[in-house]
Amino acid sequence: MTMALAMFLFFVGITLLITYWAARRTSGASAFFAANRQIKGWQNGFAVAGDYMSAASFLGIAGIIAFQGYDGFMYSVGWLVAYLTVLLIVAEPLRNAGKYTMADVLAYRLSARPVRAMASLSTITVSIFYMIAQMVGAGALVALLLKNSGISYHTAVIGVGVLMIVYVVFGGMLATTWVQIIKAMLLMGGTILLSILVLAHFGFSFANFFNAIGHVVYHEKGVEVVKDFLQPGLRFKPPYGALDLISLGMALIFGTAGLPHILVRFYTVPDAKTARISVVWAMGLIGTFYILTTFLGFGAATIVGRDKIATSGGTNMSAPLLAQSLGGDFFFAFIAAIAFATILAVVAGLTISASTSFAHDFYTNVIHRGTERKPGEEVRVARVTAFVVGAVAMAVAILLGPNANVAFLVALAFAVAASANLPVIVLSLFWKRFTTRGAVFGLGTGLVASILLIIIGPSIMGVDAPGATAAAHLIQSPPIFPLENPGLLSIPLGFVGAVLGTLLGREPAAEAKYDELLVRASTGIGAEKAGGH
Amino acid sequence: MTDDQEPESTVDDLTPEVGAATDVAPLGRAETKPAHELTAAEDSDPVDWSRVTQMPEFRAMVRAKLRFIIPAVIFFVVYYFALPVLVGYAPGLMSKKIFGVINIAYLFALSQFFMAWIIAVLYLRAAARFDKMEHTVVEKAASELGSQRENKE
Repeated sequence: MTMALAMFLFFVGITLLITYWAARRTSGASAFFAANRQIKGWQNGFAVAGDYMSAASFLGIAGIIAFQGYDGFMYSVGWLVAYLTVLLIVAEPLRNAGKYTMADVLAYRLSARPVRAMASLSTITVSIFYMIAQMVGAGALVALLLKNSGISYHTAVIGVGVLMIVYVVFGGMLATTWVQIIKAMLLMGGTILLSILVLAHFGFSFANFFNAIGHVVYHEKGVEVVKDFLQPGLRFKPPYGALDLISLGMALIFGTAGLPHILVRFYTVPDAKTARISVVWAMGLIGTFYILTTFLGFGAATIVGRDKIATSGGTNMSAPLLAQSLGGDFFFAFIAAIAFATILAVVAGLTISASTSFAHDFYTNVIHRGTERKPGEEVRVARVTAFVVGAVAMAVAILLGPNANVAFLVALAFAVAASANLPVIVLSLFWKRFTTRGAVFGLGTGLVASILLIIIGPSIMGVDAPGATAAAHLIQSPPIFPLENPGLLSIPLGFVGAVLGTLLGREPAAEAKYDELLVRASTGIGAEKAGGH
Repeated sequence: MTDDQEPESTVDDLTPEVGAATDVAPLGRAETKPAHELTAAEDSDPVDWSRVTQMPEFRAMVRAKLRFIIPAVIFFVVYYFALPVLVGYAPGLMSKKIFGVINIAYLFALSQFFMAWIIAVLYLRAAARFDKMEHTVVEKAASELGSQRENKE
């Protein structure tokens, strides 16, 4: 499988050239944090799509559909619909009223230090959890895809970690953006090609394809079964299946618009109008991708078959195995290389959003009360933070090892974004009476509720089946909270925390500044302009 | 180069601070200062935000935006959550086959993508209208500010 490695190294080579090019153009804070606000609408659309579609989407959802049919497809719907929240509520006001981070909008009329400290904590929590999930995934993928190339889990994790640090530290937002754009193009290209090959396999007949989906044959406990894979209920089973899906839907619909690495993208474009256009571009790409998971997932179920996928690496191998059976080793290598590129780009995006938040929100505004003591200090702090964040993520990923169950970390990231970040963003934009205490309570309640409910839920608590090789649950006792996704409870709690905190007292200074925020957020008067060059 | 870097102020910089108590002598007058005596700080606020929010053009723009956004958000949230709710609690209905093996559940899930795209396109078109209204607001705000400053003199 050295071909996959060669293709991946080719991608790395191109991205390093981009980083070199970007580094020569990156001087000053606006360039480092926001690519001088000169990214074009379609480019940012690709970059948003690239930041958003992780290996979990590409390999994970194809695998869920290959194994659980319709339920997997239903799972993928929410990832697109979530962008309506971004488009209609968040993107334009954020671009108009903020500078580099989500907290800029929250701190606009509230007391800056407590709000920024909490927002920064929540941003870094989301980013690091998400990043660890991606890095463990990258390492595990290497074990599957590059079995005979002599690359170990540790080498893969360190390689990904070092590359993401290089992109961010030297190339800043400009390099990170272009890494996303190229990755999104590769991912779309690979997915479209694979879908066409699946259709070709069925003689370009949708009737044949869907007939095959209606009669998927596999073995369950040694007995041959024939199932209609378009029938719901293979994954989400009573009593809690439907509730868990609704809960996940809430985390997606309200969480995407609170994901820090997506929100920072809207600061890279010249104005709110371009931000809007870029969301629509992203929706076109993301929607196309998730519709095509029909071909990837059902294609793997019908052409490769559950039995073969289960014995050669498990659900995550569905898409690569499909590529192998349709296009041979070369295409397998191509798809595997895209999967790595995907992980690499996503972790780079997370790294820059975490370090921007630490440098801009925490270091400059909380510790030094909004003044840079030396010019360029904020950028220097962000670069150091990128090193630290990268090192922490690498260390944790290596400690956890390739068999750790990390899927819940992605659920956790979305839950925190939906329960902590989104309520305070929406309330600070639309509720004049909203106060600093409301924001701090809302962020705190959302963050704590999400983490607690995940800990007492079935991802962490549970009783392993006797004789299981790897421990699947950290706490060996029946779960207290029955859902894997805490959104159903934690999102209302986040809102309640924010509202109760606000009702505890009034903040005339914040109310007085509401008109200013309203005018600026809705007209773009005084918004940050695109920089020079 | 960038507007982010504040000029450094050090002790040996003897330039008088603009807007400091020593900058303009109040001369003991109680009435408002004439425009030429305003300090930079007093004269700096370029926009009277509350006045802008009271402009009929601004209010019309905000109303127009909300009139699109609120129904659109309610619609997509209801439409989206109808999918897991119906699949979870009315699986019999959703499993009904329409063409061949294709059932209501699959068509409904697929329709979600087109629902999202249609709302996005409708919003793009509505937003072009909002942009025009915004342009009027910004121009009017700028000209009103001019007259506001003249009134002071």
